[in-house]
Amino acid sequence: MSNDQSPGKIGEVVLAARNIAKSYGNIHALKGVNFDIHRGQVTTLFGENGAGKSTLMKILSGVVRPTSGEIVLDGKPITFSSSTEAREHGISIIHQELSLAPNMNVRDNIFMGREIRTATGVDFAEEERQTQALMAELEEDIDPLTLVEDLRLGQQQIVEIARALSVNSRILIMDEPTSALSASEVEVLFKVIRDLTSKGVSIVYISHHLEEALQITNHAVVLRDGTMTAYAERKNINLEWIVRHMVGENFDLGSPPTDHTIGSVALSIEGLSVPDPSGADYNVVDNLSLSVREGEIVCIYGLMGAGRTELLEAVAGRLSPSSGKVTLRGQNVTGKSIAECIRNGLVLVPEDRQRDGLVQTMTVGRNLSLASIGAITRVFFTSFTKEAQLVGDAIQRVHIKSDGGGAAIGSLSGGNQQKVVIGKMLATDPEVILLDEPSRGIDIGAKAEVFKLLAERAKRGLAVIYTTSEVGECLSIAHRIIVMRRGRISAEFGPDATKEQIMAASGEAVVTH
Amino acid sequence: MSVTTSVETSKPNAKGKRKKSLVELLFEGRAFFALIAIVIVFSSMSPNYFTINNFLIMSSHVAIFGLLAIGMLLVILNGGIDLSVGSTLGLAGVVAGFLMQGVTLPQFGVILYPPVWVVVVLTCLLGAVVGAVNGVLIAYLRVPAFVATLGVLYVARGIALLMTNGLTYNNLGGRPELGNTGFDWLGFNRLAGLPIGVLVLAVFAIACGILLSRTAFGRWLYSSGGNEHAAELSGVPVKRVKIIVYMLSGVCAAVAGLVLSSQLTSAGPTAGTTYELTAIAAVVIGGAALTGGRGTVIGTLLGAFVIGFLSDGLVIIGVSAYWQTVFTGAVIVMAVLLNSIKYGRRW
Ligand SMILES: Nc1ncnc2c1ncn2[C@@H]1O[C@H](COP(=O)(O)OP(=O)(O)OP(=O)(O)O)[C@@H](O)[C@H]1O
Ligand SMILES: [Mg+2]
Repeated sequence: MSNDQSPGKIGEVVLAARNIAKSYGNIHALKGVNFDIHRGQVTTLFGENGAGKSTLMKILSGVVRPTSGEIVLDGKPITFSSSTEAREHGISIIHQELSLAPNMNVRDNIFMGREIRTATGVDFAEEERQTQALMAELEEDIDPLTLVEDLRLGQQQIVEIARALSVNSRILIMDEPTSALSASEVEVLFKVIRDLTSKGVSIVYISHHLEEALQITNHAVVLRDGTMTAYAERKNINLEWIVRHMVGENFDLGSPPTDHTIGSVALSIEGLSVPDPSGADYNVVDNLSLSVREGEIVCIYGLMGAGRTELLEAVAGRLSPSSGKVTLRGQNVTGKSIAECIRNGLVLVPEDRQRDGLVQTMTVGRNLSLASIGAITRVFFTSFTKEAQLVGDAIQRVHIKSDGGGAAIGSLSGGNQQKVVIGKMLATDPEVILLDEPSRGIDIGAKAEVFKLLAERAKRGLAVIYTTSEVGECLSIAHRIIVMRRGRISAEFGPDATKEQIMAASGEAVVTH
Repeated sequence: MSVTTSVETSKPNAKGKRKKSLVELLFEGRAFFALIAIVIVFSSMSPNYFTINNFLIMSSHVAIFGLLAIGMLLVILNGGIDLSVGSTLGLAGVVAGFLMQGVTLPQFGVILYPPVWVVVVLTCLLGAVVGAVNGVLIAYLRVPAFVATLGVLYVARGIALLMTNGLTYNNLGGRPELGNTGFDWLGFNRLAGLPIGVLVLAVFAIACGILLSRTAFGRWLYSSGGNEHAAELSGVPVKRVKIIVYMLSGVCAAVAGLVLSSQLTSAGPTAGTTYELTAIAAVVIGGAALTGGRGTVIGTLLGAFVIGFLSDGLVIIGVSAYWQTVFTGAVIVMAVLLNSIKYGRRW
């Protein structure tokens, strides 16, 4: 059904958006966009947070309906009343926000709604075999029977990708598929994409990792404030072109702030070990020691599963370490609760914003003030004036594109939701901030802003630890780069390290960008 | 067919906008309009319905469900459920009745007759203890709320039956020479023309409204009901919040038990059976989401009034008890249907 590849020339337009507009109330997410998808090629959509990329992709895959405009499939206008209908026409989508059922296993997630039936029920063995094949193709070692909630975020993203691949669609839309993947996994995905395009599958790719996207794409389209501002073929453009059309000027991620004195030790981790949360008898963080000074910025680089998330969670009081000691400005905070750590000025910005960062039922403002609500409450009553001020400040400082503090969280674009999580923790005025993949899903301009903000705070004495899976981000504001591998520190560099050195220390095959 | 994919008008003119907001207004206030509709319909069917006296009587019935529903609202906002409130109500009534009969201390050979205020305080404490049991089971021992409170439902009812041997305490009036009169004040007296039970409900509702909207605790409650992980990582003491929430629900149930047994001047061990379901229904009709994080006190009160005024109205116009059950059920399903339209909307 979905695989009926009508013979056609590579590069001809298979699916097109014509003058598509979409408004949510008085927010105009898309203002008459034309967009072409080319057969057997990759088209990448670039744009800032909130530019309308996800909205356009949801329209092309039948998830939402446009306010006006039309969709043209194989030269004929068409309407999709649901994503199932779009899937029947061979269009599938990997959503930016994961859409897996955490309580079900990998196999059942991949075949959800499309179970392989036999006369007597579901052919689980065949489903499992196909799941295994998909995992082999993606070079991931994930057991089809693991529950999705037991997987790390990056692995969940792999499952999401596998599910889209299993449909055998002829048009595959990938909305930030790599935001939680490390470089080597991205390489594998690119191999899969090349394989697919050679079979005539058309791909739409969205990513805020611009260099990465440039490696794979054939066409580049830039969207800005709901309108298409530029189109070019890959061979005619470079990184600078994209950045210029996306944000209007060239951004760089900054350099380590130097004109301030690095103070005394703010956070010290001694011999910290964290057992594997799923109960296997090894340590995900293994006897690790690290200290960070006031005003210092430390970047932790590592592959998926290197133990970065567990390290930060153990320090911030979410996981309990099996041994070791965490000291915050001379005060022992090992085993303290998250609330106590926050009160003492040690905060964590979690990796998975949907699960750990945001309360979907509350407004943007209430999410932003959540971690500080105790501090602005006198005796019994919360001061609304102080709260409004705090929210206004946060929206301005982290540049959240939102219809004010009263907007629903779900109405924000992915990157702006991420900024809410960062803004919430910065609003508590911490002394040490741990950020787990803070740049996940935010555009290059916003990334630069966040880094600039962190650098400024560092000048005023904030100690910063952030993790990343993108080497480029290590070589920005960090004074020190720590590479983690299998729960231990495998190397430490200054800001003058090279990408190759860092990647080699992480145990990853060096890919040349 | 050029513009085939439009679902909304592409150029919303002023008129269209106003119309939409009217629809939305009707939708937001659906419990309120349902209440008005109920009053209009029954008033036209019976001359006895639309009288001040009837409204006061109906309101003092609503007070019982309303108190339970306010406690239930807190629990549901927190993402839980409390099935034990009906039994707690019954147990509270029985304990109050027991205390009013006098406590015999055989060692000393005396019978103590605690004054009414002591009875009230002890009964409320009992409610808090039952709630704390629920809370600890759920927050620390990780028993699912449904199961934990279902268990407590049975245990509390069983204790009430054991204490009375299945019988009912009558004569809760107390005796002047023992200094313990005044128990019927709660159920019978009026202040400024309003039944005390209704005033108690009003006080609880206002306190709860302030708690939810003006305090940090309220914010903690909404956030841990909306996303417990995120709340915890933002420093919300989610476990403590949970326990307090169940304790408050227990206290609300105990107060409802006091008001009810005072209204009846008797306390039976089976009082309040299935009231937990009515309380849940009131919360749901009031627009709260059973998944947690969404709901208001005003909505819940309206929900309680809708149920109370509907069932009393059906009695007044002489509909059979069986049909009453059917109607109540239909109203609940309607309400949930509208809620799912509201919260399920994606675009
Ligand atoms: N359900 C909604 N209700 C209201 N506004 C919405 C809704 N969905 C999206 N928007 C708005 O539409 C605009 C475009 O959002 P979209 O998610 O398409 O951005 P994006 O380009 O994918 O950004 P990002 O890179 O951050 O993922 C934003 O301003 C967003 O706030
Ligand atoms: Mg997006």
